[in-house]
Amino acid sequence: MRGLEFKGLRSVEGPIIILERRENVGFGEIARIRDRSGVMKVGRILEVSDSAVAVQVFGPTTGLSIEETSVEFLGKPLELRVSVDMLGRIYDGLGRPIDGYPEPFSSEFRDINGIPINPSARTYPRDFIQTGVSSIDGMNTLIRGQKLPIFSGSGLPHNRLAAQIIRQARLKTEESFVMVFAAMGVKYDVARFFIHAFEESGVLSNVVMFLSLADAPSIERLITPRCALTAAEYLAYEKNMHVLVVLTDMTNYCEALREISSIRGEIPSRKGYPGYLYSDLASLYERAGKVKTSAGSITQIPILTMPNDDISHPIPDLTGYITEGQIVLERELFQKGIYPPVAGLPSLSRLMKDGIGPGMTREDHKDLASQLFAAYSRTKQVRNLAAIIGEEELSTLDKNYLAFGDRFERDFLSQSETENRSIEQTLDIGWKVLTHLPREELYRIKEELIEKYLPKVPEGR
Amino acid sequence: MVEGRIIRINGPIIQAKGMASAGLYDVVEAGDLGLVGEIIRLNGDIATIQIYEDNTGMKVGERVVSHGEPLSVLLGPGLIGRIYDGIQRPLEELFERTGFGIAPGVKTHPLDMERKWPFKPLCKKGDKLEKGKPLGVVQETEYLQHPIYLPPNKQEGVLVEVSPEGTYTLSEPIARMEDGTELFLCHSWPVRNPRPYQERLGMEEPLLTGQRVIDVFFPISKGGTAAIPGGFGTGKTMTQHAVAKWCDADIIVYIGCGERGNEMTDVLREFPEIHDPRTGRSIMERTILIANTSNMPVAAREVSIYTGVTLAEYYRDMGYHVAIMADSTSRWAEALRELSGRLEEMPAEEGFPAYLPTRLAEFYERGGRVTTLEGKKGSITIIGAVSPPGGDFSEPVTQHTKRFIRCFWALDRDLANARHYPAISWIDSYSEYGEELKGFWEKVNADWATTRAEAMELLKREQRLAQIVKLIGPDALPDTSRLVLLCADMIKNGFLQQNAFDPVDMYSVPEKQVIILRLIMDFYNRALRIIRAGAPLLKLRSLSVIERIVRMKSQIPNEKLELVQEVKSLLDRELGDLEKEYKV
Repeated sequence: MRGLEFKGLRSVEGPIIILERRENVGFGEIARIRDRSGVMKVGRILEVSDSAVAVQVFGPTTGLSIEETSVEFLGKPLELRVSVDMLGRIYDGLGRPIDGYPEPFSSEFRDINGIPINPSARTYPRDFIQTGVSSIDGMNTLIRGQKLPIFSGSGLPHNRLAAQIIRQARLKTEESFVMVFAAMGVKYDVARFFIHAFEESGVLSNVVMFLSLADAPSIERLITPRCALTAAEYLAYEKNMHVLVVLTDMTNYCEALREISSIRGEIPSRKGYPGYLYSDLASLYERAGKVKTSAGSITQIPILTMPNDDISHPIPDLTGYITEGQIVLERELFQKGIYPPVAGLPSLSRLMKDGIGPGMTREDHKDLASQLFAAYSRTKQVRNLAAIIGEEELSTLDKNYLAFGDRFERDFLSQSETENRSIEQTLDIGWKVLTHLPREELYRIKEELIEKYLPKVPEGR
Repeated sequence: MVEGRIIRINGPIIQAKGMASAGLYDVVEAGDLGLVGEIIRLNGDIATIQIYEDNTGMKVGERVVSHGEPLSVLLGPGLIGRIYDGIQRPLEELFERTGFGIAPGVKTHPLDMERKWPFKPLCKKGDKLEKGKPLGVVQETEYLQHPIYLPPNKQEGVLVEVSPEGTYTLSEPIARMEDGTELFLCHSWPVRNPRPYQERLGMEEPLLTGQRVIDVFFPISKGGTAAIPGGFGTGKTMTQHAVAKWCDADIIVYIGCGERGNEMTDVLREFPEIHDPRTGRSIMERTILIANTSNMPVAAREVSIYTGVTLAEYYRDMGYHVAIMADSTSRWAEALRELSGRLEEMPAEEGFPAYLPTRLAEFYERGGRVTTLEGKKGSITIIGAVSPPGGDFSEPVTQHTKRFIRCFWALDRDLANARHYPAISWIDSYSEYGEELKGFWEKVNADWATTRAEAMELLKREQRLAQIVKLIGPDALPDTSRLVLLCADMIKNGFLQQNAFDPVDMYSVPEKQVIILRLIMDFYNRALRIIRAGAPLLKLRSLSVIERIVRMKSQIPNEKLELVQEVKSLLDRELGDLEKEYKV
């Protein structure tokens, strides 16, 4: 009960403590745990019965003793103090300021678990966001209110790409974004890189940061994205702002979840991850979107590193099932020196279909993107063939495809970290690389569009 | 009424004491907020209950009340066009009452109890009301007649009072029987009990989807069952949307089970604007949505499938053809797994409970074509999406589902990567309904069966050749084999691939489907003879008719099939010239 501390535990096992129940405590509510030296920790109630309470402690349980630990039940779920003054501030993984200033002045608190958005209260996202990156704008368009993760591997430039998106993301209407950034288990240098990127683009005062770095207790990471999304929801749905949320690295979050699950002795499903990994991830990703009651929106870019570059690993797999597409980074392209190494084929934006076309981007966008996908897919087949029989043996058409694929990678996919292309520039480059193919091969594009947009003089001929 | 006290809370599974007189699968109101739950296990006087709403903050010692009734849905006019959560709470009304978030413990009525419905009696005082005999009829939507029957769980009897024609709300009695039972326009039915019918029938009519790859190669019949398995991003939802939009069912029940919220929003936004080509009315007027998205309580996800199928059975009993889209049955199976884990049951494969196949079978067996109690013919077609982890079809849900369905539309990652949609693989997919539906298609076009078989054989040959091409390249093949590659490409681009956003291509009538495929096969057969007579492939490849055939799908609208003649005569002219040249 609030204000009352109970002394003594029944057991401590890793981050989970069990104590005799003395008072009515609510499932899912929080508790404050004080160890023998008076240090406070926060925990959440996992299970209650008429004889005992299990509490998950967010922080190290080293030094907790059975006799000398006391617990206070706060009678409410974990909450975050919210205010617009959060912008420009830095918090730890549990939502406490760590930038040396006091908490923003506000008496408003929000449950960090949020509440599920009613599907009939959502507005279908369809506003095009121009990121200035051709491989995204042209082929995997980002839409305001979308959740579009970056699937990467260790050593690939996902952070640089995310920073470039953050710097360049604009709506056609020139409205700008505020940013919420959550770091889970990443190294200090990575956090530093992002802070620097924010500073450089002059948006630092528009960013709320939640940092649970690699040296913080892993269990804290279960709370960090929830704090971040609670801040985002407040800004978007109550203060009508457009919020871009970057969550990095979701793999670390899932590892923490697995750790807790195994300590609790739950039956694992694939690779030891709990059976509810899908539902748990959905409870984060589904907090993106737009609702009818507010003008604001939450666009999510979760970043995750695929263990061993394996896209069928449970973390990217389940993420891909929930999110509205994925930007996949490819090691092979990266090794060829192509930045950003966005894999042409496995990347996808599910919301693209409704956010592009006349009035939104340009009339030729849909057909052009579809044709580029088809042609690039054919190029990949031709390359496999060329690897076996040699390039000289290929037919003229196949050689055309090789030339196309090469230009597509060098001119369309590849751009510098500071290059900010407009959507028109992106599409024009797309048409230019298509001139390497005979016109009959452009079967996915309507004739009138070919007539209007295909450059009459083929590139470099 | 039974009242007990909560003694243990473990997520959505709680235990309550003092429940000895409650029944298994009875509904309870749990805790101070009165959250909806269902008793799933009884042991002594302790009941294990699964809670269908978020129960954060629930405390030990709070009360649990059971009224001794199983979990039921309310059936009556007004279901069409609505969106419900897994336990039939109307989401639009919840939005109006509690804002954009779904708050636990809000009580609502599934149907509009104030609205007056025009009722026309078909029985009069003194008539015996038997099962299946319509008491009267309500015009639910402009084109949907909604007969009112004796609820199948009530006793037959003589009517002592029948209200005259007029408008009535759902809470006004419209008739009374001799035993005093009052009848209303609506009644409730337990979701886990299948509704009765006279007898099960065989299949004879296809569910036409307007999707060429499905209707021609892997057809499904009205009353059939199909599964759409596919890894993420391969287009399960897109395929289900396309079928829901264009199939010729009378009613669609779309169950969004553990999937994205935006997908349901997409349906809500798009369906009202699409018109059914057969009735001309908005397709929302034949659709019921059940949305239990991935972030909504997991126990309600488990029950949403039953809620959906019960609504479907209700309309089937009126003699309608109903199609259920269940997206995704894997998320439903995962809900079973999660609840089973919390019940500490012994797991079978990959942590799924051992009763997973039984539950899947029960669900798919509620589909089928029947003679209703009234003697009409109605059907439920079930199309379930499956989301195999890692796109691996050997996992338990896909494998068990395969045992209970007869139509398998396997989505292929490579096709999806090349943006070939619908990405239904013509190699891995199958349909067992082909034979049963032959009769129907022969009436549409006598060529159907042969064309289909020829095209399928061509695609199979192309697949074998593709293996060789991977090693030695296409140029090393003889021209006859390269013609196979060319024509297989024509089938892929001009027939199998279908653009869901192109106003002409999004939906093809059966005649158009067969015409396109027949034309490609005619081209192949004639071209083959020309090549055998000594013509090089190059001559054929450069014919302009090839592009015309490939573009037919989007250039010839369903209502202007006579335009095919132009393409046909171009084909005759161009191939005729070559035939003359090489004296075929």
